[in-house]
Amino acid sequence: MSFESLLFQAVNGLASASGLFLVAAGLSIIFGVTRIVNMAHGSFYMLGLYLAVTLAPLLGETVGGALGFWGGIVAAALVTAGLGALVEVVLLRRIYAAPELYQLLATFALLLIINDAALYFWGPEDILGPRAPGLSGSVEFLGRHLPQYDIFLALIGPIVLIGLHIVLTGTRFGRLVRAATQDREMVAALGINEAVLFTAVFALGTGIAGLGGALQMAREPANLALDLSVLGDAFVVVVVGGMGSLRGAYLAALLVAEVKALCTALGVVEVAGITFNMSRLTLVAEFLVMAVVLVIRPHGLFGRPQPAAARRGEAEAPLVPLGPRGRLVALAVLAFFAGIPLFSAFASYAPVLALDMVIAALFAASLHLLMGPGGLASFGHAAYFGLGAYGTACAATVLGLPTPLALVIGIATASAGAVLFGWFCVRLEGVYFAMLTLAFAQIVWSIAYQWEEVTGGSNGLFGVWPDPPFDSANGLYLAALAVTLAGLVLIRRLVFAPFGLALRAARDSRLRAEASGIAVEKVRWLAFALAGTLCGAAGGLFAFAKGSISPEAISVGRSIDGLVMVLLGGVNSLTGPLLGAGGLTLLQDMVMRESAYWRALLGLIILAAVLLFPAGLAGGLRRRRAP
Amino acid sequence: MTTPVPMLDIDGLDAWYGAAQVLFGLSLKVETGEAVALVGRNGAGKSTTMKALIGLISRRAHRLTLRGADISALPTHVIARLGIGYVPEDRRIFSDLTVLENLDLGRRRRAPGNTITDWSLEAVFDLFPHLAELRHRPGGQMSGGEQQMLAVARALVGNPALLLLDEPSEGVAPIVVEQMTLALTRLKASGLSLLVSEQNAQFCAAICDRAYTIEQGAVHWHGPMAALAQGGRSRPAFGPPG
Amino acid sequence: MTAPVLKVSALTKRYGGVQALDGVSFAIAPGELLALIGPNGAGKSTCFNIVNGQLRPDSGHVRLIGSGTAGRDITGLAPRRIARLGVGRTFQVATVFGSMTALENVQMALIAARGQVFGLWRPARDLARQEALDLLEQTGMAAQAGRPAASLAYGDVKRLELAMALAGEPRLLLMDEPTAGMSAGERHDMIALVRQLTRVRGLAVLFTEHSMDVVFGHADRVVVLARGRLIADGSVEAVRDDPAVREVYLGGIPVGGRNER
Repeated sequence: MSFESLLFQAVNGLASASGLFLVAAGLSIIFGVTRIVNMAHGSFYMLGLYLAVTLAPLLGETVGGALGFWGGIVAAALVTAGLGALVEVVLLRRIYAAPELYQLLATFALLLIINDAALYFWGPEDILGPRAPGLSGSVEFLGRHLPQYDIFLALIGPIVLIGLHIVLTGTRFGRLVRAATQDREMVAALGINEAVLFTAVFALGTGIAGLGGALQMAREPANLALDLSVLGDAFVVVVVGGMGSLRGAYLAALLVAEVKALCTALGVVEVAGITFNMSRLTLVAEFLVMAVVLVIRPHGLFGRPQPAAARRGEAEAPLVPLGPRGRLVALAVLAFFAGIPLFSAFASYAPVLALDMVIAALFAASLHLLMGPGGLASFGHAAYFGLGAYGTACAATVLGLPTPLALVIGIATASAGAVLFGWFCVRLEGVYFAMLTLAFAQIVWSIAYQWEEVTGGSNGLFGVWPDPPFDSANGLYLAALAVTLAGLVLIRRLVFAPFGLALRAARDSRLRAEASGIAVEKVRWLAFALAGTLCGAAGGLFAFAKGSISPEAISVGRSIDGLVMVLLGGVNSLTGPLLGAGGLTLLQDMVMRESAYWRALLGLIILAAVLLFPAGLAGGLRRRRAP
Repeated sequence: MTTPVPMLDIDGLDAWYGAAQVLFGLSLKVETGEAVALVGRNGAGKSTTMKALIGLISRRAHRLTLRGADISALPTHVIARLGIGYVPEDRRIFSDLTVLENLDLGRRRRAPGNTITDWSLEAVFDLFPHLAELRHRPGGQMSGGEQQMLAVARALVGNPALLLLDEPSEGVAPIVVEQMTLALTRLKASGLSLLVSEQNAQFCAAICDRAYTIEQGAVHWHGPMAALAQGGRSRPAFGPPG
Repeated sequence: MTAPVLKVSALTKRYGGVQALDGVSFAIAPGELLALIGPNGAGKSTCFNIVNGQLRPDSGHVRLIGSGTAGRDITGLAPRRIARLGVGRTFQVATVFGSMTALENVQMALIAARGQVFGLWRPARDLARQEALDLLEQTGMAAQAGRPAASLAYGDVKRLELAMALAGEPRLLLMDEPTAGMSAGERHDMIALVRQLTRVRGLAVLFTEHSMDVVFGHADRVVVLARGRLIADGSVEAVRDDPAVREVYLGGIPVGGRNER
């Protein structure tokens, strides 16, 4: 490593930090005032970049290159802010009163829709923007050449930070933002129109994100994967910096970006005879930064402890074991599923579809253990599905282990991952928990994507076929059914055991649970580990069912599928996620394979569900059933 | 001679927290310039009544008018602009903002037809001289009593015609209660209409003309303050005198 | 005087520039009902939260004294550890586990007190059932055992919370505003119940309270805080007539006594 490359990477890190900060700052301000974690925030960044690469050449033709470039950036930021305002008025306004989880889902649906809209307008290919006129050269510093545009970007972060600080402390709008961050109702009671304030704040936040994206025009091409990758990074920054703190966000962005830059600068290092390619470890570095900060300061560098989530909805009814009729129904359903191989003679597709449903059922049920009795909505359950799948696939192909043993290895991998990540996650609650779980899932996804030697990179692993007797559709299906049944029985026992009671107690009132001597974090940690373990089993079965595993199968979309299954079916009982898993699998099988825009379709389904049942789908149904 | 339009006229007010109904056909009136007490134990519906009036929870009423104008379907900020000042139970001061910044957010010109004192900053500092000394202090670093004064001042600079005070004596030292009593007496003399919810009957007796007792979300009894206060100086006002 | 259950010595706590507690010391004996009062911002909550472990003092100690031992320093232990050492607790806004029946709530508290939380297989339904029913009986909640806690009236929630606080067989009970939000009749019943429990179980109770009727009508001893300092510690009569207390807290307002209930 040379001094030049270190300096180069340091400036590069500062430039990246500015981009990260612009996204995280908007996310933080919007959350402060509206209490909504905008899952679509990365999408506005992506839109800003797409708009800039489109508008800059267009403007360039009429007003000249330089004016076109900078005008394009400004126009992209403004258009993004306008779209943000539109989204706030059309969508968010309807869901401010909905439970937190539904707000997260609704904005995630927005992410799916925006992504497909970008696919529709700009196509799947990466689009490169023009270089910055006047800033495409380099400057000499201490005898080294540094790119001018990176230096310009490095300055943007602090400039926006100071600008926002002046707006927040020196203007009436800023005072309103700070007041509303603390107490929206009281702001309204003073005669201030919240609706206008919210729209303005959302436009500001999305506009800053759009600006951040547009400014990247001269550095990276616009592509459709940006929304999620930026979102994951922004979550890490916000969690590390502390929600609601702008300087925390800047410092965290700096920390994350510089550590990554340092890893890249170090390149290949030899320690004690072992060579590490540090530039491949950037994601692990990101994780380590987050881990260290969260261990020392659980609420982030400048964060304050947040009040517990306000809107959990009504208390659930006490759980009761199944009566004789319920048992009969459960047995009948089981008998039906066990009998499906009999149909395979005239409907050969039956066991294949049923296998998908059974795997989805185990996946959804394991998430339900965390979400229902645990009250912890994980937005990154795909991580454990992925660890299970990759663990199994590696064991079966690379190590050539027999099928049952490979599955056990997969489950153990997921279990280890859940134990490790869970230790951090259970320190947080509510949206913070959701954000951190999503960030971890992004890290697992990136490792699968980047660690080509082991995971096969973007292509994934192939030829993961089970040995006899599991090599037939029926054989694998029956084995999966048995594993899933065992998982469901375990979850059912857990829920009624003292452990399940304690998990529910911690959900109902953490304060009371701790005052009673329940070690809330340990209970949640175990629940997290168990949920991850069972989810790993689903992932392992998935790898055998498809014969392959690729990063796409373990992306955030998988996590969201799980949430949709649990919520569509109902979070209050184990039956809900099972119905949801069956329903969504059928839907995906029948409808979504037919369309290139299945993401938008799923997004619209989620939005419809959230808007039609703003108090929660299960709650809505329960109220209807009530006399 | 026509009867004057009441400042606040509520008839048959129902209100809900989520799915749970908490007010059941509550009716009361506040005449212009009158101070009315709302007494009852915690959970009886006093705070809920105030929140329903200002539109913070979902509500429905046969009649809900402020100086004759229907406010039953209006959003909170419009109701506030029509002339209702709200001093909530837990004060709800913006703790990151200084005293001046808190007051600045509350400032609002007098609604048309409001002829009582124009509450400038000087006027509220004259009413609560102690606040003037604290003008640059963040709300979060003030004592409970100081926050209570700021909450009243913040409502006053909005130039309301009717002031809702939710338990102004709750959780503050008796010495602050005395100061608050004096301030409210002055406000009433200035022509402001007051609706005060209280558990402390002595406090109400010093300020209010009439009282309503509330139980389980409905008015249980109403009459002159004197009739309620008769029960004895430390008698908690939980029901009708009897 | 018998050996105290809890000894608080020289507690100090600052928040930024504010001295929330300044060298506060007191002790509480078995069977004693000790009221902690003072104006808002006097340091009551800070003191209370240090004793129950939610806050850590800047200096000073909290000692829990067992039978015949010199005492265990519990300063800064986590709330759940303090709970397991025999300190029960109720909150100003009573909180119970809304999704469980009253009986399950108490069973949960008993299971936690016995360290059986990590039972993963055997159903909890039959664990500690009789003991839970006994506790509900003692707090007058037996008839409500099967009802979901979320559907209980607030007064009953307070009683249920008390039953749960007793599940760990505490030697000391910390009650934050035990009668807040209750009617006059309920207040009296509640405090009479607590009084009886202190006698029967030799339980010490430290409570904060805004209702002077309750404090001066029922407490054995009163500790008064003002601006972070302890300004009085003595019998109801002594505190009531203390000029310093009248000055900072009671103002000119007359206070009811034991016989004015």
